Amino acid sequence: MLKEGKLFFEIYLHFSLLVDLNNDASLLIDIPDALCERDKVKFTVHTKTTLGTFQKPEFSVSRQHEDFIWLHDTLVETEEYAGLIIPPAPPKPDFESPREKMHKLGEGEASMTKEEYAKMKQELEAEYLAVFKKTVQVHEIFLQRLSSHPVFSKDRNFQIFLEYDQDLSVRRKNAKEMFGGFFKNMVKTADEVLISGTKEVDEFFDQEKTFLLDYFSKIKDATSKAEKMTRSHKNVADDYIHVSATLNTILYIPLSIPLSRHLEKLADLFEKLRKVEGRVASDQELKLTELLRYYMRDIQAAKDLLYRRARALADYENANKALDKARLKSKDVAQAQQHQQQCLQKFDTLSESGKKELTSFKGRRVLAFRKNLIEMAELEIKHAKSNMALLQGCVELLKSN
Amino acid sequence: MRDELFCSLFYITVVTVLGISGIDMAHKAKNHSSPSSPEPASLQVEDVSANSNGPKTAEILIDDDQDDLFAEATEEVSLDSPEREPILSDGPSPAITPVTPTALISNRIEPKVIGVPSMFERSLDEVEEEAGGDLFDINISVSDPEKVGDGMNAYMAYKVTTKTSLTIFNQSEFSVKRRFSDFLGLHSKLASKYMHIGYIVPPAPEKSIVGMTKVKVGKEDLSSTEFVEKRRSALERYLMRTVKHPTLIQDPDVIQFLESSELPRAVSTQALSGAGILRMVNKAADAVNKMTIKMNESDAWFEEKQQQFENLDQQLRKLHASVEALVCHRKELSVNTASFARSAAMLGNSEDHTALSRALSQLAEVEEKIDQLHQEQAYADFYLFSELLGDYVRLITAVKGVFDQRMKTWSKWQDAQVMLQKKREAEAKLHLANKPDKLQQAKDEIKEEIEEWEGKVQQGERDFEQISKTIRKEVGRFEKERVKDFKVVIIKYLESLVHTQQQLIKYWEAFLPEAKAIA
Repeated sequence: MLKEGKLFFEIYLHFSLLVDLNNDASLLIDIPDALCERDKVKFTVHTKTTLGTFQKPEFSVSRQHEDFIWLHDTLVETEEYAGLIIPPAPPKPDFESPREKMHKLGEGEASMTKEEYAKMKQELEAEYLAVFKKTVQVHEIFLQRLSSHPVFSKDRNFQIFLEYDQDLSVRRKNAKEMFGGFFKNMVKTADEVLISGTKEVDEFFDQEKTFLLDYFSKIKDATSKAEKMTRSHKNVADDYIHVSATLNTILYIPLSIPLSRHLEKLADLFEKLRKVEGRVASDQELKLTELLRYYMRDIQAAKDLLYRRARALADYENANKALDKARLKSKDVAQAQQHQQQCLQKFDTLSESGKKELTSFKGRRVLAFRKNLIEMAELEIKHAKSNMALLQGCVELLKSN
Repeated sequence: MRDELFCSLFYITVVTVLGISGIDMAHKAKNHSSPSSPEPASLQVEDVSANSNGPKTAEILIDDDQDDLFAEATEEVSLDSPEREPILSDGPSPAITPVTPTALISNRIEPKVIGVPSMFERSLDEVEEEAGGDLFDINISVSDPEKVGDGMNAYMAYKVTTKTSLTIFNQSEFSVKRRFSDFLGLHSKLASKYMHIGYIVPPAPEKSIVGMTKVKVGKEDLSSTEFVEKRRSALERYLMRTVKHPTLIQDPDVIQFLESSELPRAVSTQALSGAGILRMVNKAADAVNKMTIKMNESDAWFEEKQQQFENLDQQLRKLHASVEALVCHRKELSVNTASFARSAAMLGNSEDHTALSRALSQLAEVEEKIDQLHQEQAYADFYLFSELLGDYVRLITAVKGVFDQRMKTWSKWQDAQVMLQKKREAEAKLHLANKPDKLQQAKDEIKEEIEEWEGKVQQGERDFEQISKTIRKEVGRFEKERVKDFKVVIIKYLESLVHTQQQLIKYWEAFLPEAKAIA
């Protein structure tokens, strides 16, 4: 069970990668619960619906990360969705970082005082919890994007995912055999070449193509730099723990009263400061790093749409060439013509829906950035004011002695 | 021992005679006799004996006004013995002499310097009282590092400026140029003069072959600039600590160091010089002695204090290491923030939504300012907090050293007692022997030796009591100083942290409307 601590709620409230999700009362999805068993996370997916397509108005199922991936892949493989931006699959739960740190902490236990070790452990547990919460959120958001989409919400496999009260692993295996991971096995880097190689007549798509290709590489870089920055912040917060702990140890040595008092105040100050710095780091992570990371994946999904459209265009151009050839040879013309028509239609549908999707994507992205940047700035100000109050209080105390 | 007493007695006689010539002479002496002249010994001794009105009895000292107190103390000290002279020249530091352990000990206690004969003590006591008050008005700054020379013979010259109202100096404001080895030379002299009698001599900044080599070969990069600044700051703190010590500030070497335009080169401070090697050997011998001397501590105060300093040493080193880690991580944070700022700027350029693009560019600017902030904070972390801790780690090593000296003094006293006992036993044996012709001569010799060792035992006891007394006072002073020191520096450090937070608030509050403007 998730620990219902203060940290839980605050992360939840602060984590708003997307806006206006889960508003449609006809299909409400959330993940209220998750269980962590060694490497496996089991999510409890809870659905509340007024739609008649479901057997019950309210129900819950247990799902693993692989089930989400299965769902994502079936959506990608579905031809009808070629013109839609498929919401990016949630990344695999990754507890590597806190686990490694916990291991290192265990090794260094002998060189620390009991209090110091306890505090470091507390910090790590909070980090563990944060990773846990993040992964729950990102899985939840994936489902909520599907449920709030007019087309995806009606997807058969989506319904199965939400409703099927048995283990999905059998289905997952079958699916793999059916599709053979066709699209996934394709060399993804080829899409860059294909997209940039195709001559674009449509101005809208031309601009989108240029924009998305460039933006993707920039946001990818920004994500990794933000990650490094947040890690440094955490390191500084951890150092404050060590400083505070050692100052407390020094207090065991008999010293003059004024000196003891000074040291006590300083130890207390660093203990309080490290909590604030820790919050600065985690808020920055949620509002900035996670924002960038999510939209990096979303941009990739948009690029995939462009790729599919480029393929459809290539198919159409090939069909044209085949038709010309057929006309020359006067053989199978009708067939070739039909094929060409199909390709054209597919391409047109794709382009039309693609345009809509990309436009609404931009709107979504801008709103999310706005919300998170505002929240980040507000939190930074709040924490800096807390820090200042703590510091000034301590300075006053020291001066007054 | 005997020699020392004789010398002192002689001088007291001579000088008292001269002293009758009046107090005015003292004032003149104060203004004229400048131990800062590089001309060696003879000149100075002449000055002093000609002009001073000498070490009066303690009572008269009290009557003098406070300025004179300083003057008297200086002159009395210089009067001490002619062995003083070598200190002002660039000869090898007196403490560095023959290597064998016993010879070491006896040589160290050579009475060349402030044996602090008790009649002078009053004045020093009074001086120390003033130390707490405003009369201790002296400020030293080390500035303007300048590279002199080229290649491997190049060195950094620092300007040492003294501002003071103390009358032991010729002027109230003056500057000299000094190089790092000059500072080491000063410390070396002070350590050899004062540590063995229980004074806590502030340690000099550490040498760094790597750092200095970079500077010598002309690497004008950030790390060599930082190295020079770190050293400059350390030298300044070193001098300030030294002059704050009421005894050390009156030492002619200190005064010469601060005032004299030319200073004989202290070659004996080089690591690989003959003196340097002897120093290393001495240190090793000390370590061995420390292990073999088992002192019967009768004074609980010393036992407790030693334990306290041992614990403090351990914890301070740990704290210093934590703060050094903090400095490192803060620098990393600065670098990573700058890196992110650049990345965010690129993202802003790439963004096709106008308002969001502008906001992202603004974010990049904010982060760039913040990286500067972290950089400055890292400097404060280092120069205020980390260096304070480093200084105290070294100071505590000096304090521990002084406790060790007391042990050595005790040991010498004990050795003298053992020797005396041996001689007495030998005498007893002689009385029982049956060799009449050699007997009388041997008896006389033994009697002389016994007298000699009785004298040594007495001196040993006196030395031990003296050093114990001095250490108690020094530790008291050290404990008082460290509270002040700590408070001043920590307040400054916390204020730097406050400043950083204030700036953060400013930057983010300026950014907020930009974020809200995204439409």
